[in-house]
Amino acid sequence: MAEHASTHAHSASDEHVGHRVPLWVLAATLAALLALTVLTVSVTAWNFGRAVNLWIAMIIATVKATLVALYFMHVRYDKPIVGLILVGSLAFVALFIGLTLMDAVEYQTYLADFRDSPPPGYSPPEMPGERPAPAPPATPPSAPPTDGGT
Amino acid sequence: MASSSTTAAEPHAGHPPRLAHQFDTPAQQFESVVQGMWLFLATEILLFGGLFCAYAVYRANHPEIFEYAHKYLDTFWGAVNTVILLCSSFTMAAGVWAAQRGRRVMLSVMLALTLLGGLGFLGIKYVEYKHKWEAGLLWGRHYQPLYPPGHHGEDATPHTPASPAPAPPPPAPPAVPAETPPPAAVSADAADPSWNLHAFDSGPRGLLLPGSAPPVASEPQPVRNVHIFFGIYFCMTGLHGLHVIAGLIVIGWLLVGAVAGRYSGGYFTPVEVGGLYWHLVDLIWIYLFPLLYLIH
Repeated sequence: MAEHASTHAHSASDEHVGHRVPLWVLAATLAALLALTVLTVSVTAWNFGRAVNLWIAMIIATVKATLVALYFMHVRYDKPIVGLILVGSLAFVALFIGLTLMDAVEYQTYLADFRDSPPPGYSPPEMPGERPAPAPPATPPSAPPTDGGT
Repeated sequence: MASSSTTAAEPHAGHPPRLAHQFDTPAQQFESVVQGMWLFLATEILLFGGLFCAYAVYRANHPEIFEYAHKYLDTFWGAVNTVILLCSSFTMAAGVWAAQRGRRVMLSVMLALTLLGGLGFLGIKYVEYKHKWEAGLLWGRHYQPLYPPGHHGEDATPHTPASPAPAPPPPAPPAVPAETPPPAAVSADAADPSWNLHAFDSGPRGLLLPGSAPPVASEPQPVRNVHIFFGIYFCMTGLHGLHVIAGLIVIGWLLVGAVAGRYSGGYFTPVEVGGLYWHLVDLIWIYLFPLLYLIH
């Protein structure tokens, strides 16, 4: 067997295919990934607010995913079409999620309006986990439920 | 499979035996296969994209569900699984490295390590799923939590109810266990006064069967519709777990081929393609871990 990395093909039939990512690059990628994992776990100790924490987590995850794609999946050394397929699929996922989110968030005001001032005659379904109505007198714990909820 | 002008006994003479007719060179064939695999991986990304979309919609509109329910997950085991998958991704890449150089032993060892990593991931996932099953942390009306959030770390210890995910015993409001010993199916956790969920009999009323007893929850659940989180959790980790299983099957098959010496520096396309699949599984977990376990 071939003793070690020769950048030339051994023979016409044993033509070298694919890019040979050096082992140290793979090891460095792993080290970076593990360091980023520690970072993304430890950064949750700080509260920067709901949105900022999510963005930090997503940025770190994206850096990790980029490292995996570029070096473990050697997109960096492949033809550009491979990167285009990857980025293209991600772009469509982003489009999908983005437009759906815009739509779903848009309807929340209507839902809130409905919840806050339901039409006359509408009785909401009883939900055991419903938040307590503004002032339900504290029911004794073992009393049968009189569903003092909404 | 290529039909070559040479005989099988002389694979290295002239035309490489693995080269199909329609390709000029092994390199061209290899690139084409890799591109085809990437097209498949793109469909996988779109498949998971649907679940990520569901996650995004629910989290955007009901962040409190996620902030409450993620405390049921154990960040430690999630992080361990992340490390395991990252390491197995590395061993897979190192396996490709070895395959490119025709190092059969190293390729076999690396594939075996990758296989072990995947099995370890599934083992931890099994422990997590088992705990959720026993604690009633499931989807829809099966969401009947026996324990408050934050009690996820003691898998081995007390709480093994008699039957999986039973309805929690009704007469156990937080005040009562203080003087009376907790019922058999409820662990010592029930005595924790900070916890007010175990008296919660069922999921939303809309899913109760007609005629079933009304819930005895005197304490309202702090957050509504927590079961949605677990529905999303099981869908996302479940689909990912299926991909792990599929990847393990592929890697096992590669390992058999590697031990048999089926791959060489000039032909290792299955190793390459299987590796790409395994890396994608890793890549998806990279997003699942912070989205499910690391919610702040």
